[in-house]
Amino acid sequence: MPKITYIEQNGNSKTIEVDNGLTVMEGAVQNNIPGIDADCGGGMACATCHVYVEDSWLNKLPKTEEAEQDMIDMAYKPNKNSRLSCQIIVSDEIDGLTVTTPEKQT
Amino acid sequence: MIKTDVVIIGAGPVGLFAVHQLGIKGLKSEVIDNLDKAGGQCIELYPDKPIYDIPAVPECSGKSLTDNLLEQIKPFGSKIHLNERVQEIKEDKGLWTLKTSNNKTFTTPNIIIAGGVGSFEPRKLPLKELTKFEGKSVFYSVTDKTLFKNKKISIFGGGDSALDWALEFSKYSKVTLIHRRNEFRGAPHTLKELEKLKAEGKITIKTPFQIDTVNEGKEIKFINIKNDNEKTEKIETDIVLGFFGLIMQLGPIAEWGLNMDKKKIKVNTENFQTKKPGIFAIGDICTYPGKLKLILSGFHEAALASVECFKRARPNETYRFQFTTSSKEIQDRLGIKK
Repeated sequence: MPKITYIEQNGNSKTIEVDNGLTVMEGAVQNNIPGIDADCGGGMACATCHVYVEDSWLNKLPKTEEAEQDMIDMAYKPNKNSRLSCQIIVSDEIDGLTVTTPEKQT
Repeated sequence: MIKTDVVIIGAGPVGLFAVHQLGIKGLKSEVIDNLDKAGGQCIELYPDKPIYDIPAVPECSGKSLTDNLLEQIKPFGSKIHLNERVQEIKEDKGLWTLKTSNNKTFTTPNIIIAGGVGSFEPRKLPLKELTKFEGKSVFYSVTDKTLFKNKKISIFGGGDSALDWALEFSKYSKVTLIHRRNEFRGAPHTLKELEKLKAEGKITIKTPFQIDTVNEGKEIKFINIKNDNEKTEKIETDIVLGFFGLIMQLGPIAEWGLNMDKKKIKVNTENFQTKKPGIFAIGDICTYPGKLKLILSGFHEAALASVECFKRARPNETYRFQFTTSSKEIQDRLGIKK
């Protein structure tokens, strides 16, 4: 099972095995990872599952769609590494992905 | 003081359908919502996005779902109190009293919380120092345009609201539009107009930039903005406007002593009552083992909660399950003439 690492702003980090096909957001919510609210439940409608993807992974992930970028505009402190974790689908290809959660989501 | 059988908090699809389920049982209800229109997330977040999982409706939009629900509950004449938030609730001998932000009071044996993820509020700029200027020189919506005449205005955001106000204020103020990336999301004619004003020097556009700091003191004089490469620029400004859409805040509900699990209210799955008798939670705001955040699940929850509401509102009557297809009583309540 692919492993995903979630790092909080205070440096706490948790590595979790997430089933293929789930999203990085679902992996966090199902395992009580703090820092991801996912208010809309994965509908790309709220920008509260915002994460920063580690530099080395940025180009390995499937590109963002325009709608995701539009939504990231609304996120708290976005930067070039920003993604919505509900739009990153877990697969063997992203085994080892590391994301950092923002200081807060709203 | 408004007396009713049930107060429903939240006019989203699930709150609206609760009116129906209560109405066919002969119960009166009043709905309260913080937004300026009914529909909840369906209207505020995705009015035009198609929904494909409403039973027997192969495809509909958030807007059409809302319109149809409003049509369906028309016969019951429930009032929807908009732009109002329930601030506090109190219990006395099995009756609840609610107070809203507009100082309306309601008494009722039943409260159904169908509040989604909470009430919608504008998302703010991520700079704490701006909080003290809010309502004076920092705004997240525009109510009085005259405040924005002959000023230096910094507008943050890349969507329609940011663009529309940038165009409007550029007619009589010095506008700087600041956005975190180079692409704007707006109607084609708006984007064209923006390009034109930029070329004529009537609007300054700063991308990809975000807010960094603001001057100290009692009045805003300038802000500093920063890009991903840590390059900063100083912008002289009197007013800062931010348009980052709406977020959902649970608000006062969190303080009502209900059993909370993260931002959700725990309920039983027999009648969706919370640990407080007479307070129910349905739709996205409730949680129980196996809960799915689907509109159809919310509809089911509304139906079951309405039965318990009946028992509490009519303690001397016996609840009788009836079908809309055959019950004369229900058809009368629906105003059906044969």
